[in-house]
Amino acid sequence: MSADRDATAAHIRRLLRDEGPAVSENAGGFNRKRRAAVADLDDYDELTREARAIKEDAIERLPELLSELEASVEANGGTLYVADDAADANAYVADLVGADDTVVKSKSMTTEELDLNDALEDVGAEVFETDLGEFVIQVADESPSHIVGPAMHRSEEWIADLFAEEFEDRFDGDPPRTAQELTQFAREYLGEQIREADVGITGANFLIAESGTMALVTNEGNARKCAVTPDTHVAVTGVEKILPTVSDLRPFAELIARSATGQTLPGYLSLLTPPVETPTIDFEGDAVGSDDREFHLVLIDNGRLAMREDDDLRETLYCIRCGACANVCANFQQVGGHAFGGETYSGGIATGWETGVHGIDSAAEFNDLCTGCTRCIDACPVNIDIPRINTVVRDRINRGADPDGFDFLVEGLTPDNEPGGLPLDKRLFGNIETLARAGSALAPVSNWLADSRAVRFVLDRAVGIDRRRDLPTFQRRTLRAWAADREGLNSSETDREAVLYPDVYTNHVNVERGKAAVRTLEALGVAVTVPDVGESGRAPLSQGMVETARSNARSTADVLLDHVDAGRDVVVIEPSDLAAFRRDYADLLATDEDADRLAANSYDVLEYVYGLLENGAESAVLSGADDADGIAYHGHCQARTLGVDRYATAVLERLDYDVLTSTVECCGMAGSFGYKSAYYELSVAVGEDLVAEFTTDDATGRTVVASGTSCLDQLDELLHRDPVHPIELIAPTRAE
Amino acid sequence: MTTDAVSTFEDSLAALEVDSVRTSADGFEDALSETVVEPAVGAPLPFDDLTLDGTTVETDPSPADLDAARTGVTAARMAIADTGSIAIRSTAAFDEPISLFAERHVAVLDADDVVEDVAAAFDQLGPWLADDRASAIVATGPSATADMGELVLGAHGPREVCVVIVDR
Ligand code: SF4
Repeated sequence: MSADRDATAAHIRRLLRDEGPAVSENAGGFNRKRRAAVADLDDYDELTREARAIKEDAIERLPELLSELEASVEANGGTLYVADDAADANAYVADLVGADDTVVKSKSMTTEELDLNDALEDVGAEVFETDLGEFVIQVADESPSHIVGPAMHRSEEWIADLFAEEFEDRFDGDPPRTAQELTQFAREYLGEQIREADVGITGANFLIAESGTMALVTNEGNARKCAVTPDTHVAVTGVEKILPTVSDLRPFAELIARSATGQTLPGYLSLLTPPVETPTIDFEGDAVGSDDREFHLVLIDNGRLAMREDDDLRETLYCIRCGACANVCANFQQVGGHAFGGETYSGGIATGWETGVHGIDSAAEFNDLCTGCTRCIDACPVNIDIPRINTVVRDRINRGADPDGFDFLVEGLTPDNEPGGLPLDKRLFGNIETLARAGSALAPVSNWLADSRAVRFVLDRAVGIDRRRDLPTFQRRTLRAWAADREGLNSSETDREAVLYPDVYTNHVNVERGKAAVRTLEALGVAVTVPDVGESGRAPLSQGMVETARSNARSTADVLLDHVDAGRDVVVIEPSDLAAFRRDYADLLATDEDADRLAANSYDVLEYVYGLLENGAESAVLSGADDADGIAYHGHCQARTLGVDRYATAVLERLDYDVLTSTVECCGMAGSFGYKSAYYELSVAVGEDLVAEFTTDDATGRTVVASGTSCLDQLDELLHRDPVHPIELIAPTRAE
Repeated sequence: MTTDAVSTFEDSLAALEVDSVRTSADGFEDALSETVVEPAVGAPLPFDDLTLDGTTVETDPSPADLDAARTGVTAARMAIADTGSIAIRSTAAFDEPISLFAERHVAVLDADDVVEDVAAAFDQLGPWLADDRASAIVATGPSATADMGELVLGAHGPREVCVVIVDR
């Protein structure tokens, strides 16, 4: 285990250095442009809902749509072939290609999935990738690092060196250097191949059943040339791409380029209903070709129909492969798809694709890189719950794993419902509450142990908890114990009552934060109870321990719903627990009714404060700014996805603070992720982007404020500016 | 279409760095000759009062002409005001490759064919594709790539696009 972790850490370290800078610039750039483009669209949410509904319906009716499409394609004069798997598809296409043929291709991830180029070269054909990014990786003999920008891990300079070496005899000592020159060279070089080509192969982003039309989304124009210049056009794509009608394409046309690159529409939305009217062009014979065109549409199953039957993977088939989930992902931005990806696909949704088409082993290689920060849920134009797919697959990986020699170490400690063989780090973090309870009971001894070099060595080697991280300091007196002994505002004195959810960290580690929340709420006229309730399920869920999460969720919901029934609101400090109540419980609880009720009655603590102030509570009782004190605020990733981070900003501004907010998607700590030795350096690299935003001239003098335990730990470690939670900042000064 | 839509369209084109000129049918030939860089190839226009006959544009090009052309002239059969997009229909007269191969594409558009937004465009695309089983390209701005580093205009397709908007 420890050797595996070292190898993972070394691989990540190499990518952070060699590929990270280019990926970060490109993916980060796409992400910023996407955010702007989406904000520009009034009916964005409506469009995503429409797109989602169309996909749900189309996958539901796939068999029927497939036969409608087949009829349309054949009526138009083409052929449709459904291939069971890669071998089947490759054999079919290879059969259409002659031994000395030149084949020109436009970008298609599906043909990467099939390794089609190898199959065609095996029959003696010469294959040229004409998308400039694909061309670069074909020449370099690399695999794509991103589903939209396959060469985004390479810089202009690197590509210039590559071309200078590979095409030396074409340059006469004066190779192209700038992006402009490199593009010009590639255009001419590939233009020659396209003019000579015998067969053109394209993908298809969407297929229209009613008309047999295929939609191709490109910017360069190469797909148009590949489809139209040679007399044989083969389009290869997955069976999941079928939409019923032309009008169903409209929301996707509006969403796909915005989500991918921040363009309103793609440079070229090619709507080809082959065989096309354009006669073939015989450049070599300088003759206008004939209108005798051949068109083959090859649709591959390769696991997709089984995904359609799988309740947890089905959603993956709605994916339109825009790459937004990769671009928005803080981890992806640092290392790219060569770490955060499997055999073919990369980014958050790759877990679903790889599990479905290549098998779970391919997904297991990178699945842990998803920290469950949820920022991709906001980015996905078809509203796929990508973290959920990652969690379910993690659970499947856990269940398939071999028992580990060190299991005895934690097995006795951990009351979970998971199989033997679950990796120790997962078991440990999934059962964080048990650990915290022991930690508090044994404090301060437990904290001395945590500081011991010997103990840290064992934790690092055996369990994979990185020695460079500070471990939490457990408080002997928990928040619950404090609250139970205390006379607070009585419910008879006020008409508003709430329970403050004592999450594991607030209850055992950040007890002062919990006290600050209680004081704040009471000062605003709310009677507060800290209930006797367990871990929400969020911790085991993040480790893919779904059964344990389900059982924790059940007990927690039972307790909290009793309070809701008694008219109390549920106030939550940790955004990830709020995310559990508002989103994950829909999957974890047996009835939607319970999940809906808890979701509707739980609030982020700052959201709650905001509501109280809006309803007339007196803000003067809170600690406001003296002289517009400056705040540098980082909203927790989950809070942002839930849309509640804005309340912290609103409350702080109301109290006259001058707030600067971060723009990075995540702090990099992400719960347990940053503790794991395999990922420590990646976690720090993500955190450094946040540090950079908080160390500008404008930000340096400001108080650092963040809304989650993870973010506060990460900022404390990297920035040493005593970051605080907003509730601690605004809490009335202590009366007791 | 309303003048409003046409001026929105012109603004959208400008934002995409696409040139446009607006002319009456009478002024068409002069406007065209100002936008064309020779040698030029073209596809016959589908508008009864506008023609490329008598201009320098070769409307029955050989592959060699297509290869050598610096400008390709085709009709745009529809345009989208909000996005600055133009739609080119595939025809037996090579509209598609003519709009693609040369470094400069000049699109001739009837001002009446400007629709407001993408939704309205799909109202037209529906019958084209589903009833006529035609093919069309919705092109937005010049061909571009960022695959080699910074954004470069003129990847595999035209580097420059100019729309001649004709009030007929
Ligand atoms: S999962 Fe969503 S965001 Fe990710 S590539 Fe697919 S459609 Fe785009």
